[in-house]
Amino acid sequence: MKSWKEITWGGLVMEPGSSVAYETGDWRSSRPILDEEKCSNCLVCWVFCPDGAIQVENSKVVGIDLKHCKGCGICAEECPRKAITMVDECEAKAEALK
Amino acid sequence: MAVKLTEICNQEDGLAPGHRACIGCGETIIARQILQAIDSPVVAASSTGCLEIVTSPYPFTSWRIPWIHNAFENVATTLAAAETAYRVLIKQGKIEDRGIKFVAFGGDGATYDIGLQFISGVIDRGHRLLYVCLNNEAYMNTGIQRSGATPMGAWTTTTPVGRVVPGKRENRKDITAIMVAHDIPYAAQVAPHAWRDLMTKVQKAVAIDGPSFINALCPCPRGWRYDTDKTIALSKLAAETCVWPLYEVIDGEWKLNFRPSPKRPITDWFQSQGRFAHLLRPENKHLVDEIQEVVDREWERLLERCKVAG
Repeated sequence: MKSWKEITWGGLVMEPGSSVAYETGDWRSSRPILDEEKCSNCLVCWVFCPDGAIQVENSKVVGIDLKHCKGCGICAEECPRKAITMVDECEAKAEALK
Repeated sequence: MAVKLTEICNQEDGLAPGHRACIGCGETIIARQILQAIDSPVVAASSTGCLEIVTSPYPFTSWRIPWIHNAFENVATTLAAAETAYRVLIKQGKIEDRGIKFVAFGGDGATYDIGLQFISGVIDRGHRLLYVCLNNEAYMNTGIQRSGATPMGAWTTTTPVGRVVPGKRENRKDITAIMVAHDIPYAAQVAPHAWRDLMTKVQKAVAIDGPSFINALCPCPRGWRYDTDKTIALSKLAAETCVWPLYEVIDGEWKLNFRPSPKRPITDWFQSQGRFAHLLRPENKHLVDEIQEVVDREWERLLERCKVAG
């Protein structure tokens, strides 16, 4: 904990977007799984994600930021090609350990 | 210029992940869309409310742009001061004009109730800023209390449903029309499912040399009582049932942006959310009819204002 002498004047936060250090992915109870073959890169998931967790490179969906995705399921619900499915987070974690 | 997702998706979000908004929050979707739409440097401000709380738990910030928080009522005047300082410093030759846009975010409580006279003053004085009302139709941040934006019949913790009272008894205010009555150069209603419409309106609003107002419907899974994946679906349903018409008013000229065909009945809207569940009981049928009449009357009035045949 910083003392009052060390913090910035007025409690200003000087590092833009510093909340990325806080991993809201821990909240998730269901996980989105992207089927890259079905995905047409329409980017609807990207524009509707409350957490900016759809990772895009050169206008293409390249993955999902599981450190921040809270698992709301909007991307799976809105995807016109049903390229994203939601799976149980515990099962997904268990699967990853196998 | 038409907004293309393939172009804007490569820009960094103005709002960083790691914010503490509830799962499936509509507000952060809209905040992201707004910041993505503006192709100039932005200075933003928030009144007390959900967006402010979730984006700024000290010592973190989710904002990648300069942002200030002030009290529930005075975000409009706080940002107006920043805008004035910017204009004056340019005039005095102390800084160069970088084409900065100013965007204030307030919730419906801050806009419809607590901050109304401050917003009115800012529009009256002609400050060059966009005020966005993130309208989730109640004081969600403090625990779902009734606001001036809460629709008739809705359950909230201060309009609880019981044997005597069937949710909120009063109709909501038409705040967008109140803003239009200020002779504001640009006012509009938006919803996040219509992202292109929303972004185009934001671009029009910030291009104006004066005040502008956007009222954005923000579905709220927590307060409206629905599953987190239905946020966008409910936004669309609100437009299709005409409880949330999409329109814009440019220099007093009303323009309708979406006309559902067919117009869906209000019962579709009530069935989709727990806050209206009590209205579907047989003894409340008269309330459903009454609310449908109110929605129809407001829709007809809007069609008239937009000079569209009914």
